Amino acid sequence: MYAFTYHRPTTVRQAANLLAKHEDAKLLAGGHSLIPVMKLRLASPPVLIDLSKVEGLSGIELKGRSIVIGAMTRHNDVARSKELQEHLPALAEVPAAIGDPHVRHVGTIGGSVANNDPNADYPAACLGLGATIVTSKRKIAADDFFTGMFSTALEPDEIITKISFPIAKKAAYQKFKHPASGFALVGVFVSKRASDIRVAVTGAGANGVFRVKAFEEALAQRFTPKSLDGLSIKPDGLNSDIHASAEYRAHLVGVLARRAVADAVKR
Amino acid sequence: MSATGIGAAVRRKEDHRFITGKGQYTDDISRPGETRAVFVRSPHAHAKIRKIDTSAAQKMPGVVAVLTGEQLAADKIGHLICGWMIHSKDGSPMKMAPHPAIASGKACYVGDPVALVVAETLTQARDAAEKVAVDYEPLPAVVDPAKAKAGAQIHEVAPKNTIYEWHLGDVKAVEAAFRSAKHVTKLDIVNNRLVPNAMEPRVAIGEYDTGNDSFTLWNTSQNPHVARLVIAAFIGMAPEHKLRVIAPDVGGGFGSKIFIYPEEVACLWASKRTGRPVKWTSDRSEAFLADAHGRDHVTHAEMAFASDGKILALRAKTIANLGAYMSTFSSSVPTYLYATLLSGQYDIAHIYCEVDAVYTNTVPVDAYRGAGRPEATFVVERLVEVGAREQGMDPAELRRKNFVRNFPHQTPVIMTYDAGDYNASLKKAMEIADVKGFAKRRRDAARNGKLRGLGYSTYIEACGIAPSQAVGSLGAGVGLWESAEVRVNPTGSVEILTGCHAHGQGHETTFAQVVADRLGIPIENISVVHGDTDKVQFGMGTYGSRSGAVGISAIVKALDKVEAKAKKVAAHMLEASESDIVFKDGKFTVAGTDKAAAWGDVALNAYIAHKFSGQELEPGLKEGAFYDPTNFTFPAGCHICEVEIDQETGETRVVNWTAVDDFGTVINPMIVEGQVHGGIAQGVGQALLEGAVYDKEGQLVSGSFMDYAMPRAENFPPFNIDTTVTKCPSNPLGLKGCGEAGAIAAPAAVINAITDAIGTEEVTMPATAQTVWAALQKANRMRPAAE
Repeated sequence: MYAFTYHRPTTVRQAANLLAKHEDAKLLAGGHSLIPVMKLRLASPPVLIDLSKVEGLSGIELKGRSIVIGAMTRHNDVARSKELQEHLPALAEVPAAIGDPHVRHVGTIGGSVANNDPNADYPAACLGLGATIVTSKRKIAADDFFTGMFSTALEPDEIITKISFPIAKKAAYQKFKHPASGFALVGVFVSKRASDIRVAVTGAGANGVFRVKAFEEALAQRFTPKSLDGLSIKPDGLNSDIHASAEYRAHLVGVLARRAVADAVKR
Repeated sequence: MSATGIGAAVRRKEDHRFITGKGQYTDDISRPGETRAVFVRSPHAHAKIRKIDTSAAQKMPGVVAVLTGEQLAADKIGHLICGWMIHSKDGSPMKMAPHPAIASGKACYVGDPVALVVAETLTQARDAAEKVAVDYEPLPAVVDPAKAKAGAQIHEVAPKNTIYEWHLGDVKAVEAAFRSAKHVTKLDIVNNRLVPNAMEPRVAIGEYDTGNDSFTLWNTSQNPHVARLVIAAFIGMAPEHKLRVIAPDVGGGFGSKIFIYPEEVACLWASKRTGRPVKWTSDRSEAFLADAHGRDHVTHAEMAFASDGKILALRAKTIANLGAYMSTFSSSVPTYLYATLLSGQYDIAHIYCEVDAVYTNTVPVDAYRGAGRPEATFVVERLVEVGAREQGMDPAELRRKNFVRNFPHQTPVIMTYDAGDYNASLKKAMEIADVKGFAKRRRDAARNGKLRGLGYSTYIEACGIAPSQAVGSLGAGVGLWESAEVRVNPTGSVEILTGCHAHGQGHETTFAQVVADRLGIPIENISVVHGDTDKVQFGMGTYGSRSGAVGISAIVKALDKVEAKAKKVAAHMLEASESDIVFKDGKFTVAGTDKAAAWGDVALNAYIAHKFSGQELEPGLKEGAFYDPTNFTFPAGCHICEVEIDQETGETRVVNWTAVDDFGTVINPMIVEGQVHGGIAQGVGQALLEGAVYDKEGQLVSGSFMDYAMPRAENFPPFNIDTTVTKCPSNPLGLKGCGEAGAIAAPAAVINAITDAIGTEEVTMPATAQTVWAALQKANRMRPAAE
């Protein structure tokens, strides 16, 4: 790790000001992606802004027909949230499948969403539920937020404060774990909220999380796994590496989507 | 059986210190004035080093020295060596290329050390290492062992990158047997390359004492004496008596810490150059790049059967990848530790094996848990299983038909099996695994859309490699005996000094159990000393499941001497004839009388020497022994793996595991069970998860735990573990060894189960979900529509 300057603001405004002031500064949330690459000297941000003492960034609340989760809420708290178990259990399943207990007690939802790792789980949940990402400046629809691998619509001095998930009656997440890292080799989040049907895929796309319109249209006819029979996605533009070819990932998208719908309709 | 003697499941004495964080590992040791070392490593798999500019690095804060291979050569530090000579078919010796501890002129793998930075702190050393400017001229890299002979020549001494072309067996007899065969089974096998990944990374601390002109090396070694011998005799760092090697607590080795590594040599050398202790601690990324890897064979194998299923002959042609340089014991692994086990548990009249060992631009490959024997077992057990399927025979029945039943049994590939009952372990395993109920379980699984398969592995291994005379005739550079010293203190407590080295095996417990059993004293009164060349006489270390069969046998031999001497002391104390003294349960008695002396009294009398004169008896009670076995030992057994496969994803889940092993006498069943667990986990890891992958430029793609999949607890069901016992006739306690069995047996059992489930043999290791899915896709495409 190289030396860096460390700031620990206590308000979102202070944090945003620091971020605006230091061009190459990085926000430190749970640090589970950032710290390892810093230790390996693959990243060397000159300034770190630690969000752990910023007030009001943690917590899970039911607000009308939405669940609102603070950006610094730890994975473990989301996985065990009573509100989610009652109203949106599919969302609780997402962090429950992340890493190990150590990771889940430190990693945060905001960090994961802002990092937009192409194999991360939360982006699929955000896109798959049509979440709204609330920042220090504005509200961004999930459909507009994830712009590519490790890239988002966030401006350089913008901080995620919370994420609002509309409650979907039927929703489920299916994850096929990478055998080494435990990240999603492929993960599929499906939901049905009135006429809004979403199928979001993580782990497979070379540009990160994406929706599968053909699946969504088929499910709009009837929300049942059978509606997806015979449907598949093309391997073009999917990731291919030593663990899974693009063809295999494309195949898994179909399998996991069917399984997710099967889980969702049981709810 | 006493509560702490042989056969008792005594809790491990060493665990109190380990689980309370009081273990003393090499990295826990800090020397006064210590500096930290960081190696600059080649980012290229194969490159000329045109120039190394260290001037910027020298000027960095805290830098003590920046050292290169040229300086190493100028100081006449010798090359690392491979200590086992193998001759090619044509009689020529193996082509051992020069292996300097720091590369000079040329780098041969990604991770090859090209410079060493010594600084006051680790961070300073890292910062300075980044300023070392190395001008490389990249050369074409050789990565695939099967294509190595046609690749760019890596070493001047080895045309076609060929180290040796070795063979074993009678090729003419084998060819004749194949001509007479009713059925021939043929397989192409890749034994995947593995990264050992011991929990504790390697560490070395070199310290030079100017006052005595002597060195001390603290290192993570499985065999400190051999390290001292090689570093003294071949590398020429110091005479043997001026070099002390200490391997304190070591956190796992699995073979990877047997070898003498460049970093150890470099730290010793740097400590003399700088006049300061020099410490290097590998980080995990370095461990992936620079620890010797395991396996990496490409094999074509064939088995010839008679019409009744009797195996007539086996032949195999193997290409073994030894990496960029020959590591310490690398040459022996794909030869005498591999081809000699190709008879398996079977009576096979004719075997022929050819092995071509090649250089590639990858990190050196050497022994890894099982070392050659897992590769042999995989070949034999896959051939038998596939042979049975092809001939429509039950795989268990085919095995039974071919088992060796009479002992001793001479195989056509050197080994003389001394004792075993292979049918007994198969039978017991089949009962425990409920093979009879498998058909129903398979039908039940099919109803849930899952494919179930069952696979056997009836393995044999050769442990306790020896006798020294025999291994010497096969090319070994050292003897493979073991030494022990039993030091009885005046108060009757006992210290055992052993040349074995414990790095997870629990020697402090099992060795003490043997002594407690023999002397009738509490296990708490016995301690085991190992891992320090200044304390222990000499020793060959721990690997190849040798510590029980060879190391404990040496202790028993020394205990015989201690008992004989103690009887003399007791005879003087009890005023009786030595021949009338009986020693039992910690007490000396005079036969036929009630006269007795306790162990502690005899020990004390041996030292105070009040009851005998110096002319009659030497004072003291301390005896040493060197034990050289008369044969290898042959642990064997049967593992049965049952898998369930998700047809849609190809994901394989191991749902049942049965292991019935014959390890001869078992000293501590709990520790043996732990060894079997760990072995199975590593074997299943190889079969399902682990694979070291280099890309065609020679970059290690699976260079971290993000890409290299280690087995986790969630990958396993509870294991059903049992034993059968035939004692080893060649050592005093009948011990065979248990450390490697699981890793040797498991891969074939897993792949046999998967191929049974999916109905095609085309599955390579690691059988990841994608691999199995692809095999299923291919099989489905090829299957006639009518089916």
